[in-house]
Amino acid sequence: MQNNNNPLSPHLGIYKWQISSLLSITHRIVGVINFLAITLICFWTLSLLLGENSYEVTKIFLKSFFGKFIIISLCWTFSFHILNEIRHLIWDMGYGFDLKIAKITGVLAFFGSFILTILFYLIGKNFL
Amino acid sequence: MAEFSLPDNSKIVKGNYYKDTTGSKNLKKVNVYRWSPDDGKNPRIDTFEVDMDNCGPKVLDILFKIKNEIDSSLTFRRSCAHGVCGSCAMNVDGINTLSCIKSHNDIKGELNIYPLPHLKVIKDLIGDLSNLYKQYESIQPWLKTSKTDTEKNEIIQSQKDRSKLDGYYECILCACCSTSCPSYWWNGDKYLGPAVLLQAYRWINDSRDEDKKERLKKVADELKLYRCHTIMNCTNSCPKGLNPAKAIGSIKKMLATS
Repeated sequence: MQNNNNPLSPHLGIYKWQISSLLSITHRIVGVINFLAITLICFWTLSLLLGENSYEVTKIFLKSFFGKFIIISLCWTFSFHILNEIRHLIWDMGYGFDLKIAKITGVLAFFGSFILTILFYLIGKNFL
Repeated sequence: MAEFSLPDNSKIVKGNYYKDTTGSKNLKKVNVYRWSPDDGKNPRIDTFEVDMDNCGPKVLDILFKIKNEIDSSLTFRRSCAHGVCGSCAMNVDGINTLSCIKSHNDIKGELNIYPLPHLKVIKDLIGDLSNLYKQYESIQPWLKTSKTDTEKNEIIQSQKDRSKLDGYYECILCACCSTSCPSYWWNGDKYLGPAVLLQAYRWINDSRDEDKKERLKKVADELKLYRCHTIMNCTNSCPKGLNPAKAIGSIKKMLATS
């Protein structure tokens, strides 16, 4: 059956999302965001090297509402990525494939990421 | 490469509406994917009103009822009707399953029935699985041993070794898992998919097989194996309750430790 006129059956649009698949795609998107975030962090450190003035500019930006929003969001993206990556490491060791356990670890990683974000924020606040 | 939207000839259009003629009060709206190779039109969703007072408990019963009483041109595959053959695998209410063991009482509201996702449709609910069968052949799903020619005796396996195949030999190759996997949707031409990899693991793990190393080497490929990102749609959809994700994880682990 190599007839190209035959239609392709619907896939992404009709398949019901599972917790596991949602977390998986989130993991990937968050990974891309983190990749970009590291560029931002590089600019931040670069501004340190370029002297006081340029550092002040980035500092003002990061202290603004928008800047804080970005920082806290990045805290979450990194938290989630780290926790879900731990899940992946456990899978790589051959454990946690059971449907129920995978669901529990998934939910833990998701809610844990918010707790970790708050911790990051509270700890980081004392240094700024 | 990932292509998220359907090609033009696969876009779904509105189909026919079959109103109930029995006057029953207990009706269920059933939306079924239809496509016929004969009329050159796009696929459509037909809606049937089905009298649930005179219908069996399974989704397959609904399909039979539609075929027998409403529209005899409805096409689907089925054979054993009790979850052994794997013919009637389809997408019911958003998840791949065998329609013959899926109860429609579990599904509230309208019932949506599609063929298995991301396959070339042959007609209505029948998808073309020849790619999957070709991949299945590529892993050589038969016992490889040097003893076959000389010894006529059976090859004995301890109970412990035999139990290593539990959870893998039960696979009926219905393709629910492979066609539920987004990785398989985007890379189905190269990635072997959960069903075939589970079978590969079943033979790698067989104590009687003497080709374990070769088998592992053959499957160790960026595209064939490592396109699995543990999305776990496969395990979520398996109508036999097996765990393809675990099988793939075990192959990865074997490769990492060997």
